[in-house]
Amino acid sequence: MRTKHRIESVLYHVLICGFGFIMIYPVLWMISGAFKNNTEILNGGLSLIPEVWRWENFVNGWSGFGGISFGTFFKNSLIVAGVSTFGTVISSACVAYAFSRIKFKGSKIWFTAMLCTMMLPAQIILVPQYIIYNKLGWVGTYLPLILPHFFGQAFFIYQMMQFIKGIPRELDEAATIDGCSRYSIFTRIILPLLKPSIVTTIIIQFYWKWDDFMGPMIYLNKPEMYTASLAIKQFADSSSTTDYGAMFAMSALSLIPVFLIFLFFNKYLVEGISSSGLKG
Amino acid sequence: MFLPASFTLGESMKDGNDMEKQRNFKKFLYSNNTAGYVFSLPFIVGFLGFTLIPILVSMYYSVTDYKLGQEANFIGLQNYLDLFADERFMNSMKVTVIYVVISVPVKLAFALLVAYFLTKQRRGVTFYRSLYYVPSLIGGSVAVALVWKTIFSRRGLANAILAGLGLDKISWLGDPKTAMGILIAMSAWQFGSSMIIFAAGLKEIPTTYYEAADIDGANKFQRFVKITLPCLSPIILYNLVMQTISAFMSFTQAFVITQGGPNDSTNFYALYVYNHAFKWSNMGYASAMSWIMLIIISALTLIIFKTSKFWVFSESDS
Repeated sequence: MRTKHRIESVLYHVLICGFGFIMIYPVLWMISGAFKNNTEILNGGLSLIPEVWRWENFVNGWSGFGGISFGTFFKNSLIVAGVSTFGTVISSACVAYAFSRIKFKGSKIWFTAMLCTMMLPAQIILVPQYIIYNKLGWVGTYLPLILPHFFGQAFFIYQMMQFIKGIPRELDEAATIDGCSRYSIFTRIILPLLKPSIVTTIIIQFYWKWDDFMGPMIYLNKPEMYTASLAIKQFADSSSTTDYGAMFAMSALSLIPVFLIFLFFNKYLVEGISSSGLKG
Repeated sequence: MFLPASFTLGESMKDGNDMEKQRNFKKFLYSNNTAGYVFSLPFIVGFLGFTLIPILVSMYYSVTDYKLGQEANFIGLQNYLDLFADERFMNSMKVTVIYVVISVPVKLAFALLVAYFLTKQRRGVTFYRSLYYVPSLIGGSVAVALVWKTIFSRRGLANAILAGLGLDKISWLGDPKTAMGILIAMSAWQFGSSMIIFAAGLKEIPTTYYEAADIDGANKFQRFVKITLPCLSPIILYNLVMQTISAFMSFTQAFVITQGGPNDSTNFYALYVYNHAFKWSNMGYASAMSWIMLIIISALTLIIFKTSKFWVFSESDS
């Protein structure tokens, strides 16, 4: 009986690991591709370990195109993703607090509006937004990529609301008795307790913005303003013979921030994803 | 004449007045209505400025022949009539629907299955969950789309594997069926976030349900169908709605890997809108397209919610 159990257990782990390996094979293949040259990549070597470790791919890739190095592109990505994440967190937390804790006239209408926005795909308003930004002269700047995030984002507002629901109302009441206003309840009670949800928002929003491709492609027109994801695509298209090794090297580099965040904040991320839209 | 009242009044009165004003202001500031609007102001401004106004603007442009840098002329419903006569548009609707109808259920089934196997009390489950989440984490990026494109190129990894098995090479991206298949596979590959949501839901199901079923002699399959699925149905609904909407709008993968080809077989809706709006600058036409999409997605979401009454189990029903 015991051996049967053990065999079953080993089988389970082998199957799960094997399948997992297949799942992340393309990613591993990309990383190993960062150290290969074109012939090795294009002749479809299955091997994940390159014969020669070609570090020069990183040097070639880093030099970028048009005299602009990938350092600039990564810096741009960091600015766009960083600032818009900051805006999302601040504004979404305020709105989530208003919707979940304060009863005010019209709150139901605005809440419904928020739910509708959550289910409205961004691409639907892409065209009119572009027309408006174009008239305002914002095309070619970072404004269209950053500014809208300072006005709350429905998905995160909803997620934070779910979290605030779990904070006991007795805390608010006790604070009110101690003389706290609606404002100080937010800064002294809700905001500190909201930390896990804020961390989740930072992670998810940061990597959404970091990976965003359509936005930068539409709004940015000067290569020196390109974000990393746009630059990688341009790099792949720029010459007739793509340097695949260099492209993979830069691709791998561009995924590093996302991986680091994932490694360090894994716990928050899993909790955050599972709490978004579950109860309620 | 228009001097402030306090100016003409005595000092003591002025103080009293100010204090009352201050008190009134404080009362106003600290009232629920004010605080509510102060905190929700970002959303209200954003909703009006970045959602509602653009939607109305697009309604206007959808009845014009607006091109960037030119005057917009009112042309009535011409754009809509043209759209329904536009074979490429009808085709893009068709391929988008095919993509959504296949990729979403495959992805969710996959997510549920893996989540089900990973909730067992075994060592390393957390690690495995992270492992299976990796494709979702990075799958939306251009970097990974380029990797897939290289893998399925003529001399790429996929063909090398086929050759190794002694099979003929396939022109993966040159054949409409395989091109679509690759995009569907890539979407199913990113089942991670749905899986995590399912896993959390599975944890919430009281074990007493399963124990009771065990006593009644239910087998594993029966337990899955009669307990797991109904208990999970609200979460399935949530995942279904969110994934359907995002699948309808998928852009990056098709844009990078197939560019809509071959023969428009993967010319997804978002891609076609993009081409009209930003490649050919037919803003009016693209606005009309966005409106049709908005109507389709709203109708679809409504249908899913309406039918959910019949298959989503909620605690209050019992």
